[in-house]
Amino acid sequence: MTEPLSPIATLRRELDAGTTSSRKLVEGALARAGRLESLGAFVGLRAEAALAEAEQADARRGRGELRSPLDGIPLAIKDNLVQAGEPTTCASRILAGFVSPYDATAVARLREAGAVVLGRTNLDEFAMGSSTENSAHGPTRNPWDAERAPGGSSGGSAAAVAAGIVPAAVGSDTGGSIRQPAAFCGVVGMKPTYGRVSRYGLVAFASSLDQVGPFARTAEDCALLLETLAGHDPRDSTSLPESVPRYREALTGDVSGLVIGLPREYFVEEGVDPEVLAVVRQAVAELERAGAKTREVSLPHTRHAIATYYLIAPAEASSNLARYDGVRYGHRASGAESLGAMYRRTRSEGFGAEVKRRILLGTYVLSAGYYEAYYRKAMQVRTLLRRDFEEAFRGCDVLLTPTAPEVAFRLGEKAADPLRMYLSDVYTVSANLAGVPGVSLPGGFAHGMPVGLQLLGRALDEATLLRVADAYQRRTDWHECRPPEPA
Amino acid sequence: MARITREEVERIADLARLTLTPDEAERMTGELERILEYVASLEALDTEGVEPTSHASPMRTPLREDRVEPGLDPDRALANAPERDGHAFVVPKVIAEDEA
Repeated sequence: MTEPLSPIATLRRELDAGTTSSRKLVEGALARAGRLESLGAFVGLRAEAALAEAEQADARRGRGELRSPLDGIPLAIKDNLVQAGEPTTCASRILAGFVSPYDATAVARLREAGAVVLGRTNLDEFAMGSSTENSAHGPTRNPWDAERAPGGSSGGSAAAVAAGIVPAAVGSDTGGSIRQPAAFCGVVGMKPTYGRVSRYGLVAFASSLDQVGPFARTAEDCALLLETLAGHDPRDSTSLPESVPRYREALTGDVSGLVIGLPREYFVEEGVDPEVLAVVRQAVAELERAGAKTREVSLPHTRHAIATYYLIAPAEASSNLARYDGVRYGHRASGAESLGAMYRRTRSEGFGAEVKRRILLGTYVLSAGYYEAYYRKAMQVRTLLRRDFEEAFRGCDVLLTPTAPEVAFRLGEKAADPLRMYLSDVYTVSANLAGVPGVSLPGGFAHGMPVGLQLLGRALDEATLLRVADAYQRRTDWHECRPPEPA
Repeated sequence: MARITREEVERIADLARLTLTPDEAERMTGELERILEYVASLEALDTEGVEPTSHASPMRTPLREDRVEPGLDPDRALANAPERDGHAFVVPKVIAEDEA
């Protein structure tokens, strides 16, 4: 069996009806992962362990002891979230040989719910990139067109869901790394509010921006995953204490009276593909037909978001990545005659070009004489960007924008031009800087490739985002479109 | 005027404990120059008196009771060590001619 897997809600009905078993689902997922190996979505599969866990889930079902609606469902995890007893590579040579002694909280929660981790998915090295090309494992390909990038950095998770290998996956989003690949691959991807999901066991890139979140085919499945992932964790000091709503109960299908803000800075003709914009405008019309009100709003500092992000994120990264020194884990250069030489050689051999570029940029902007002009300035503009959202949400409930200014670009197209690659995050970075939640969902096609709609919400208001996304999916069938089956 | 010179790139590489090949240093200088030129657009923005945001959610450092709790046991913590001796990480000698 190598057919694409259905959404979780459908699989659960089949499991409940006894027409399939967790073991069959996992066998099917493994077979399909093998058949679609050339996508490069996975960097490691846990075939034996996953089958054993599926049998345990089936046994629990037989005893009437199901742990949760996720019990026995196969999922994939981005390879920057640690899993006990499994390697974590972050797609970097510098973590060669590393095996985690513990589970990330996000992973532990999914396991406690009975979910079966099928394997680890590919990413840009340390989540730094927008195409999943910066990977020591080689690139991931877009299931809709193998010559195109799946987006990044969580490209492996997005491709695995789009190709129907797994019904859902987990990724991380520092500047758009869940939402942009979700858009490029035609699936749903959510970055929750900063602090909503624990970062414990998420390998740190930029700690004030990093957030863990789900990929799925439907808003309903995303809601289910978020209920499991979210919640306070004493092991993450930035984890929010607020209780977790039952997100699925918010999915009423009703958006009448809801006010959707359309930020004018995201709809300017220059810099965005007009066909992408046309798809977004159709979605606006659909939501208006569903009873939502729309109004233009302004986020006036939007044009400064990329510059702000590419100062703050590398600054934090340069500090976080200081830990890779060859002393305690991962790669160590051989034959160094002193500790200093060992550090330098280990780091120079272990990191790829984009990671080095960001470490250098971050070190530069934090260094004496430049801190005020670059880093402090960026933190001040971050305040202005945050205020933009506060102001906009006084007059509306959610914002609707394109997720990316274009459809998936070709592999290699931007690889030689870092700045051009950075600009592909133009619509997603602001949410990370402001800490607000965002979701990308399939809204149609341009040039034969999926287009993502982005909904942004108030802090901790994931429920409204999911309600709007679900209402849209009840009225459209873009999320049911599948990429062509490879011959 | 160039915002960053090759000498500065080599200096910050040294601070970051990275050794760049001459080719890498040349390429990085050009790329960082372009990136810094782009981010310099922030200079035009008046941020006089604006409080910096270092973190999206305003919260105080949470505290817990000062109580001993189980942690990672030393053997598991050392299991990934490239080289170890009992409960210690082994590294090359710390003081050498080339150590800055």
